[in-house]
Amino acid sequence: MLTKRIIPCLDVKEGRVVKGIQFVAIRDAGDPVELAKFYDEQGADELVFLDISASHEGRETMVDVVRQTASTLAIPFTVGGGIRTLDDMKRILRAGADKVSVNTSALERPALIQEGSEFFGTQCIVVAIDARYSEEDGTWMVYTHGGRNKTTWSAVDWAKEAVRLGAGEILLTSMNQDGEKSGFDLALTKAVREAVTIPVIASGGAGHAEHFYEVLAEEVDADAALAASIFHYKETSVAQVKEYLREKGVAVR
Amino acid sequence: MKIGVIDYGMGNLFSVEQALKRLGCEVVVTAHEQVLDATDALLLPGVGAFPDARKRLAEKKLDCYLQKAQSENRPLLGICLGMQLLFEQSDEVTPTKGLGFFKGRIKRFSGMNEGQSYRVPHMGWNELIMMHRPTWLKNGASAKHVYFVHSFYATDVEDSELVAYADYYGIKVPGIVSNGSVTGMQFHPEKSGELGVYLLEQWLKGVKAC
Repeated sequence: MLTKRIIPCLDVKEGRVVKGIQFVAIRDAGDPVELAKFYDEQGADELVFLDISASHEGRETMVDVVRQTASTLAIPFTVGGGIRTLDDMKRILRAGADKVSVNTSALERPALIQEGSEFFGTQCIVVAIDARYSEEDGTWMVYTHGGRNKTTWSAVDWAKEAVRLGAGEILLTSMNQDGEKSGFDLALTKAVREAVTIPVIASGGAGHAEHFYEVLAEEVDADAALAASIFHYKETSVAQVKEYLREKGVAVR
Repeated sequence: MKIGVIDYGMGNLFSVEQALKRLGCEVVVTAHEQVLDATDALLLPGVGAFPDARKRLAEKKLDCYLQKAQSENRPLLGICLGMQLLFEQSDEVTPTKGLGFFKGRIKRFSGMNEGQSYRVPHMGWNELIMMHRPTWLKNGASAKHVYFVHSFYATDVEDSELVAYADYYGIKVPGIVSNGSVTGMQFHPEKSGELGVYLLEQWLKGVKAC
């Protein structure tokens, strides 16, 4: 039976992990490779690196981070942030990443999804969607540029379009829930999950192990759940979340 | 030990190369027959579409090379698409003949089994269920899961050649196949944590014993 995946996400800026991570066990808490190893040992099923570098040099540094991570880690990882062209994808995937995730750049130029999936296969292309509920539209709308600009796409329609273009996976972040620690957006996740046939990773809002259960259990049935701060700030660990899920009868590795 | 990773332009070879190096192997990534001749074992990787891969192997005459390697009982491991290429035929895109080292046919997951719909690709960690072990594979791993990512899978596999499978919505997905010196792994051992490393290690020990 295919297991549900727990995916820690690391924000990397100019080659360093940001958001002051607090682990005694780690020599250099800013080193993405050290942290990746730590999460691997904890039982993380995959990792996501989000490159938030603003500079060209920062992006070049990310390629080194990817290469080093791929040399040490024996689990899959995805890299997102700043991937705008097929060449950007090539640089990251050839350095050893398993998948790339695209967000704003794919909304600006949807053909990017197609180019990527035709060149590398759909399994390499993750489409990240930032969605916020709109009273006016009566549904969740997609935002670009880290949530600053509203698009005319609903989350469900954009997810379907992304699949048509060759997306292999959807990384769905609820902007309403992000940072709230009150649980994932179950209605949003379920709506997108039911609209597409590819795996959906739920993101935004994890505060406790129960939240992972809610979004991964049969009713919502997300394929994976992603979280950042609750793992970084040791509010819970990947191992604890998995133990809880196992007790509740959810298949985990 | 020296492993020849066959470079025919399909997929990302960096991770598998690194995994073998971590296990102490010398690794050459090449399409040159003379270089491959000087290795202890061959590894056929692959990500992408079957017909494309088959064409590229033929262009570089690597298909003939692999036929010869098999007839000489040289250890060969195919991973993911590299495993699928070892079968008789694939339906991906258009029916295409494979190398034929294993009986069976590569088909697409339909997305529906007994009225229940399921996700395609089969992506993530699934449990490997052992059928029977080839001599090189000892029972010494505590981990049970390996990382799969694929939309096509081997069907009509001979029972005697099926080493392990994963259950995906009631479908028996061949995970490891083995026949003589030829082995196939549908999942990515280089991305499969503890069990993946163990399986690669055991395979390498088997090579050593050859």
